Amino acid sequence: MNAPLRRVAISVLVLFTLLIVNVNYIQVVRSDELREDSGNTRVLTEEYSRERGSIVVDGTEVALSVPTQDTLKYLRQYPQGPVYAAVTGYYSLLYNSAQMERAVNDVLAGSDARLFTRRIADLFTGRDPAGGDVVLTLDAGVQEAAMAGLEGVTGAVVALDPSTGAVLGMASTPTYDPAQLSSHDPDAIRAYAAELDAQEQDPRLNRATQDNYPPGSVFKVIVSAAALSTGEYTPDTVIPAPDLLTLPGTSTTLENFGGSSCSSSQEQSLIDALTISCNTAFAQLGIDLGEDRVREMAEAFGMDGEGLEIPMTTAGSSVGDIESEAALGQSSIGQRDVRMTPLQAAMVASAVANDGTLMTPYLVDQVRAPDLTVIDQADPEELSEPVTPEVAGQLTEMMESVVANGSGRAARIPGTAVAGKTGTAQVAEDVPDHNWFIGFAPADDPRIAVAVFVANGGGTGGDVSAPIAGDVMQAYLEGQGG
Amino acid sequence: MAGPTTDPRAAAPGTVPPKRRNTELALLGFAVLITLAAQSIVDITITGSLRAELATFGGWFAALWVVVHLVVRRFAPYADPLLLPAVAVLTGLGLTMIHRLDLAGLQDGETTREDAPVQLLWATIGVVLFVAVVVVLRDHRVLSRFAYTLGLVGLVLLALPAVLPASISEVYGAKIWIRVAGFSIQPGEFAKICLIVFFAAYLVDKRDVLALASRRVAGLEIPRARDLGPVLAVWVVSILVLVFERDLGSSLLLFGIFVVMLYVATERASWLLIGLGLFAGGAFIAYQVFGHVQVRVDTWLDPFAYRDEGGYQLVQSLFGLGTGGLFGAGLGGGRPDQVPVAKSDFIASALGEELGLFGLVAVIVIYLVLVERGLRTSLVVRDAFGKLLAGGLAFAVAWQLFVVLGGVTGLLPLTGLTTPFVAYGGSSLVANFGLVAILVRISDAARRPAAPPAPPKTAIGEAPTEVVSR
Repeated sequence: MNAPLRRVAISVLVLFTLLIVNVNYIQVVRSDELREDSGNTRVLTEEYSRERGSIVVDGTEVALSVPTQDTLKYLRQYPQGPVYAAVTGYYSLLYNSAQMERAVNDVLAGSDARLFTRRIADLFTGRDPAGGDVVLTLDAGVQEAAMAGLEGVTGAVVALDPSTGAVLGMASTPTYDPAQLSSHDPDAIRAYAAELDAQEQDPRLNRATQDNYPPGSVFKVIVSAAALSTGEYTPDTVIPAPDLLTLPGTSTTLENFGGSSCSSSQEQSLIDALTISCNTAFAQLGIDLGEDRVREMAEAFGMDGEGLEIPMTTAGSSVGDIESEAALGQSSIGQRDVRMTPLQAAMVASAVANDGTLMTPYLVDQVRAPDLTVIDQADPEELSEPVTPEVAGQLTEMMESVVANGSGRAARIPGTAVAGKTGTAQVAEDVPDHNWFIGFAPADDPRIAVAVFVANGGGTGGDVSAPIAGDVMQAYLEGQGG
Repeated sequence: MAGPTTDPRAAAPGTVPPKRRNTELALLGFAVLITLAAQSIVDITITGSLRAELATFGGWFAALWVVVHLVVRRFAPYADPLLLPAVAVLTGLGLTMIHRLDLAGLQDGETTREDAPVQLLWATIGVVLFVAVVVVLRDHRVLSRFAYTLGLVGLVLLALPAVLPASISEVYGAKIWIRVAGFSIQPGEFAKICLIVFFAAYLVDKRDVLALASRRVAGLEIPRARDLGPVLAVWVVSILVLVFERDLGSSLLLFGIFVVMLYVATERASWLLIGLGLFAGGAFIAYQVFGHVQVRVDTWLDPFAYRDEGGYQLVQSLFGLGTGGLFGAGLGGGRPDQVPVAKSDFIASALGEELGLFGLVAVIVIYLVLVERGLRTSLVVRDAFGKLLAGGLAFAVAWQLFVVLGGVTGLLPLTGLTTPFVAYGGSSLVANFGLVAILVRISDAARRPAAPPAPPKTAIGEAPTEVVSR
């Protein structure tokens, strides 16, 4: 019987090898997949048992964890409620996390490599491991002004420091209370989520970065930049500005806002065309420049279809496909397939304000260890140089004229020169237009660049969005003692 | 495995083979040390301090093995020295993990009941059974005298839960329990040992007939139709278990052990194929006919599709294993309590989560040592009954571990079987102590030098009754 017994012994070895191989497969090959599965609450409960780091704005914690008595040891709180919701996002048992809470989770949860040495120290000192703090670039005054301006409308505001790319304000409405999605009571979380789901516009969407919209006449700044950069145009170059423009190769005619006339002479200077936002003039200008120049300039301003990581991943902006000269004409006034996120719109203003250099937008100013030592400080980076300082100066002159004499008068700030551009984008038949304003101030020494977007505002960029932009910029300049 | 050089029978005449009792004692001490270290880590990680009862536990646990060792030293001095240390470390790890899950339950406020002290009590009862078997059963061949009685007892134990009302016998869909006055007993665990003894005696008796009378078809020795009787009978019993107790585990276990023992007894590979075919056919029919079998198989094939229903346990188990990764969360560092019935059915995934791949593989290797030492015993022991019995018992441990671990890792459909020695559950622990006691007894016989006046040479194939009559 020994021969079969030996074979049984070998079979047992084979069976156990099978077990070991299978366990290897589960614990090594599929380890990450299983760990990150949404049904696996282990990582989450582990995180909840640690003191999660705070998100800080101007020295105030806008998201922080407080100890509790229940099994999840820490509760996430958002003292300012909805004001910073678009940026902080939420930290939910049921719905994962969003926005900053998600993008800088490694730091907040304490698992970031930059916190590594401290974690080693925790091991030996027996100190409870805690997450690091994230200090945002936001300015409380700007943020509050933006939220006040957006009250009652669907829209977004983005404010940038043109010289660094630091995001000074980022608001999106309608908004929500992140604390209610971050509670420890699953039923209450579900009830609140159902309430949010029932709304026509999803409050959890950050409209400043996560979606893109037709920019309308705001895009004319880019077409102007393309024209000026050829060297063949100056702000005073006279261009055709007919009352009606028949798009090449079609019988479609394009008219100005409300069917008005740009100029009795059917032509005007580039600066005047931008000041009154003449559609026919810019459609023709775009067609004259050609698709390549318009597209290249748009891409230089960041409209390359790619999102950024600020550190949340943003939606891309682009001019879309342009199949014909007719399409190019419509695209040149920011219609057709041209799409911008409000962040992208603010970047356009910011690049003009910063002598033609576009800085990479960012939201994290500092990362701090739990003992408040700074372990990472933001280092502003250049993203691109869409125009020369000379062209930037010409664009500034033209945009100042928009606010001083043209469609953007409502953005004026007493005692400060403001540069800007309005946009009123058609969405569809019988649907109210989107209203835009981009701008910066002071025009001669820009310290803040903004974009205001009001979805389906129903008015024009000049009367709906420009006043909000004015208030936001004024709040910042006054807050800075300016 | 047994090489010729380690074969005690190869020892030069007149030399006494080493008993290795001190090796066993040292290894047992090591097993106790590992257990106490693991218990301390659990306490410190979870509560921050050692519990007061740890000293009592440590003393008790160590005392168990001292008793076991002394009994073996006195009554089975030539027993294999690796069997008991393997059992000790597995039992210790099991107690540690159960205690760790107790603490998790206490912390969540879900329960105030502690299972680890109960399990220690069961281990003590197991040790009592072990001592009784080793002291009373001085020659394993005596067992063959009671083979038919034990076979009957085994069948009754096996059938009992099926005929009892579900309120007493059904837990989580499997009718394999007897629950009386707060105690739960899985009679199948004891039935397993009784039936292995019966199989061994029966097959030694009949193996010549089963092996020789055969026709050769396509290179395989095919037995005569009338000799298929025994295998068909066991097959029917295991199918009945599958259907009426809804327990794929016991069914697979029983049939697998019998077929392998049949193969060992007859040295005919055709029995393996016949067995495999019969089981596959039976399982296929059961799958077609019975809804609960289909559900089991479907959840096995794609547990994630049923993650909130039948697949919940397995998915949670896989989450635990995956989160544990290579090195594990550390004892007390994971969340093995999120897997349902982690203390019994899923204790292996708890070990995998907290000890990691390395820890789990180490545990599997300890089982491998236990099983291969058992099989080595069966190679070395001189009588046919002992060979078949030791082989059957060792294979039973291996097969059970394979079915259980395969179940909690998704390799096989889930079964209600428990991980031997590690899982929470009195019947399993006590029965397995009994199983090891028999193995220890046989290994003592295997390694004991032949008595100086050589006994009349007994042909291995001859009936055990003749051997016992000496």
